[in-house]
Amino acid sequence: MGDISLEAANSKVGSEIRMLAENMLLQLEQGDIGKAVALVNDLNEVRDRTLYNEIGRLTRALHDAIKNLNVDSVGAGSDIDNTTDKLAYVLEMTDKSANRTMDLVDAGMPLASGLHDRAKILSVQWQRFLNKELTPAEFRLLSKDVNEFLGESVNKSQKIQGQFSEIVLAQDFQDLTGQVIHKVTALIKDVESRLVTLVLMAGQVDEITGIKHDLDTVTETSDEGANIRAEGPQINKSSDDVVNSQDDVDDLLSSLGF
Amino acid sequence: MKILIVDDFSTMRRIVKNLLRDLGFTNTQEADDGTTALPMLQNGDFDFLVTDWNMPGMTGLDLLKHVRADDRLKSLPVLMVTAEAKRDQIVAAAQAGVNGYVVKPFTAAVLKEKIDKIFERVEG
Repeated sequence: MGDISLEAANSKVGSEIRMLAENMLLQLEQGDIGKAVALVNDLNEVRDRTLYNEIGRLTRALHDAIKNLNVDSVGAGSDIDNTTDKLAYVLEMTDKSANRTMDLVDAGMPLASGLHDRAKILSVQWQRFLNKELTPAEFRLLSKDVNEFLGESVNKSQKIQGQFSEIVLAQDFQDLTGQVIHKVTALIKDVESRLVTLVLMAGQVDEITGIKHDLDTVTETSDEGANIRAEGPQINKSSDDVVNSQDDVDDLLSSLGF
Repeated sequence: MKILIVDDFSTMRRIVKNLLRDLGFTNTQEADDGTTALPMLQNGDFDFLVTDWNMPGMTGLDLLKHVRADDRLKSLPVLMVTAEAKRDQIVAAAQAGVNGYVVKPFTAAVLKEKIDKIFERVEG
């Protein structure tokens, strides 16, 4: 695919044209206008034949390149379609994991704060016991409370433990989505290199047919400043126009009088 | 204190909602972009708006501009919680009248600090 031997073809065509031209000069010098005009027609024929051959070859190469892109059927079942499915899967997995984690935290938080609150009350009572400030009746109540609390602690801390390990398990999406993202990255790189081949080929079509593009009209029209747009997370934080941290944001805002 | 949380990702809304709850703000409502948030703000007596920037439909910056242009809403305190981290963007948000700007990812402490600061200034 794309192995276009333009130069070899050109040199062959070139020598053919040179031969015809030299012959035509000879005929002109000898005063045979009729033969010279006939040779002009031959020259035209060589040019047309070369052009048709090249266009034919390029069309085949182009067809192959498009076929190799695997996107000629952009609809269902194509690579691009699979890729969007894969990315939707990543979105679904990360969403599920985040919600699962938060569910577990929501379930665990009251257990932890319940233990905390009860321990706090008991420690006040315990301190009073150590200071010998408790009446026997209060002490009986305290020892009953401590007993209950210990049972509750065993029970609740075990539950929290289970929730922690489930939270860890809910992070498995990183592995699964990572694999998918690697695949998508590979596909994009592949499509990119094939597109480069296509662009190269298009360039050769231009060269053969003598098409010239007015490249000046294809300049970017970015309207910076006037139109601030959302760009999403900045991947490259080393850039000067990007803040690195909340501290940078605070500095910038305070420099604006905030 | 009635707070509206605007973000297109339900996960982020939940995180902000939980953090606000931990800070003692339990009266919160949610919207998934500016287009749904604006009528909620106009019809409900919200005291505070926490919004993302990058959302389909109406962005957070446009929502902020609409809020500042609305006579009944113009003094509503607005905190932007966003991944947008370019200096130009932060300056634009400041010019549009934002009261605080938190870049994602953020911590509970940062969120609390910014909220406290906003109310100090609003009340003071």
